[in-house]
Amino acid sequence: MSVLVDANTRLLVQGITGKSGSFHASACKEYGTQVVAGVTPARGGEKFEKTVPIFDTVSEAVAATKANASMIFVPPEFAADAILEAADAGIQLIVAITEGIPVMDMMRVRHALNEHSCVLIGPNCPGIITPGACKIGIMPGYIHRPGNVGVVSRSGTLTYEAVWQITSEGLGQSTCIGVGGDPIHGLTLQKAVEYLHADPDTKAIVMIGEIGGSEEEEAAEYIQSRVKKPVISFVAGATAPPGKRMGHAGAIISGGQGTAQAKIEALKKAGVHVAETLGDIGQEVVKALGK
Amino acid sequence: MNIHEYQARDLLAAAGVPVPRGAVARSPEEAESIARSLPCNSFVVKAQVHAGGRGKGHFQDGYKSGVHLVKTPHQVRDVASHMIGNTLITHQTGPEGKPVHAVLVGESTDIARELYLAIVLDRSSGCPVIVASQQGGVEIEAVAEKSPEAILREVIHPGLGLQPYQARKVSIFLGFPSTGLRAPCRLLHAAYRLFIEKDCSQVEINPLAVTKGGDVVALDAKLGFDDNALFRHKEIQELQDPSQEDPRDLAAAEHHLNYIGLEGNIGCMVNGAGLAMATLDLIQAAGGKPANFLDVGGGASEEMITAAFRLLQGDPAVKAILVNIFGGILKCDILAQGMVAACRTAPPRVPIIVRLQGTNVEAGRKILKESGLPLLPAEGLMEAADKAVAAAAGKKGK
Repeated sequence: MSVLVDANTRLLVQGITGKSGSFHASACKEYGTQVVAGVTPARGGEKFEKTVPIFDTVSEAVAATKANASMIFVPPEFAADAILEAADAGIQLIVAITEGIPVMDMMRVRHALNEHSCVLIGPNCPGIITPGACKIGIMPGYIHRPGNVGVVSRSGTLTYEAVWQITSEGLGQSTCIGVGGDPIHGLTLQKAVEYLHADPDTKAIVMIGEIGGSEEEEAAEYIQSRVKKPVISFVAGATAPPGKRMGHAGAIISGGQGTAQAKIEALKKAGVHVAETLGDIGQEVVKALGK
Repeated sequence: MNIHEYQARDLLAAAGVPVPRGAVARSPEEAESIARSLPCNSFVVKAQVHAGGRGKGHFQDGYKSGVHLVKTPHQVRDVASHMIGNTLITHQTGPEGKPVHAVLVGESTDIARELYLAIVLDRSSGCPVIVASQQGGVEIEAVAEKSPEAILREVIHPGLGLQPYQARKVSIFLGFPSTGLRAPCRLLHAAYRLFIEKDCSQVEINPLAVTKGGDVVALDAKLGFDDNALFRHKEIQELQDPSQEDPRDLAAAEHHLNYIGLEGNIGCMVNGAGLAMATLDLIQAAGGKPANFLDVGGGASEEMITAAFRLLQGDPAVKAILVNIFGGILKCDILAQGMVAACRTAPPRVPIIVRLQGTNVEAGRKILKESGLPLLPAEGLMEAADKAVAAAAGKKGK
């Protein structure tokens, strides 16, 4: 078992002919992911690496290849459109890697997706991986190892750090999900925790947060009331200078909920094992699993 | 991205939000002639810098306050001559202050009530939200802390936009009589349109004034813009004023580096925003102070690494440099080659602590070791931070 992706996932890559798109489509394929189609408008009929058919539209690609997940590398100006196209074609899992999508575009996309049953991961995220079975994203595959620790994070490199520490302790991961660093994104930390909690093969959950917004607090509330599995957490930005990114009126909306201190407090109150520094995550997982 | 008050004022006026009469002046003469053209007998002169707290600030030469109220065009000229070319220091500028190249000359307004109005993004609902309060003219955070019930938050559906009933609701909350809702409602719709059309991250009007004559005007406003959307707003990009930015930030932007200057003495170079933030935390946990936040990104090239290194080396405050890389897409050996190349062109001025982990880490460490450069290797995260703090304090590593 795993969460959202497994060996049967059929992946389509939107923006497969671009520099990053082709590089990572190749890396995912090499890892063992079933890359069944690519989409680039006006390039329909070509083949990627001589084997993967390229289509002009997502709906054509789905009809011809039964793709059920999409990885998006389309440039920021066109990325919102790409997400909506994937949702409209019936794709069930959309992973948007693209960094730099205008906030206003994501605001509209998020509301439009309310009418679809699909799951959006990202944008501005490393993606999702079930070690040994399916990699959709830009994470280095080899640091992962199949196992029982689920990982969810708002940051790419911090996920890699955590995964590496878990692997170095002789453990492995069930599924790792990077939800992305943009203010408006699809899958939330809480929803990811829900998925991992429901997965019988996940024995412990690592959740990595950072300053801004209130997703960690919302996840903490859920963990306190529902989650029976051990949860280990780390929050980055305890010493970040305030106001560097958040405007005046933005601070009032989070109302003291954007700081790392508030998040750590909420998590501790919910019974989560909070790692003091980044280097302690692996140790905390070992302790929590009682090994 | 931030802009000047006079630019915000012009954008609001163009969108249909009433503002006091006035114009920007870049010389004392221009300031006087603007004052002469205004049909009033009392004027406000405001120094234009990218910082708040101007009224309570002071200039480098001791001249008091960046906001003056005067009676004659001649006095306007006098005030402008003190401000233009001077440097204003406020609680938001830091001790070095910000240069003043222009002043806003306007009619002074007889204020009956000062209100607060902002449109920002509500992250959790993913919608724009109007924030309103009758307690304007002060910082909204202070109001939120003392009397949260004095603040209304009205969430707007991004597909439908601001509805007329919502504008009425906000106006009534702001204390407008039910027979006088037309002007504030019109203002709300204009401000919302500006927020959407220009991809703003924030439209904050504080204070929104009700004059003794019963007019509603935006006395001061702060606009913020979504950097991700600037590609479709050439007209906003052109409003950028490099003289108001930290020169280190400008140099970083030129090389597409994600950089924020800080107050400490340990320069940092990290890949990934989260890891960069966590590295600042590690340094402070070890008892040190970081000089900057610097994310070279997942796919940094050798040129970018060289530029990042130059930037850190060129900062006189930096006493030690901590390089913290988790090699994923950016492989450790590529990073090591970049660092060696950078050190060859600009020999290290301060101790450099390097912590590498991830893809091709052994090859990377070997390149650094064989380079003969004075680089201090570290394996653990805390170990790296401890070494950097000790080096910055002039001590040998533990």
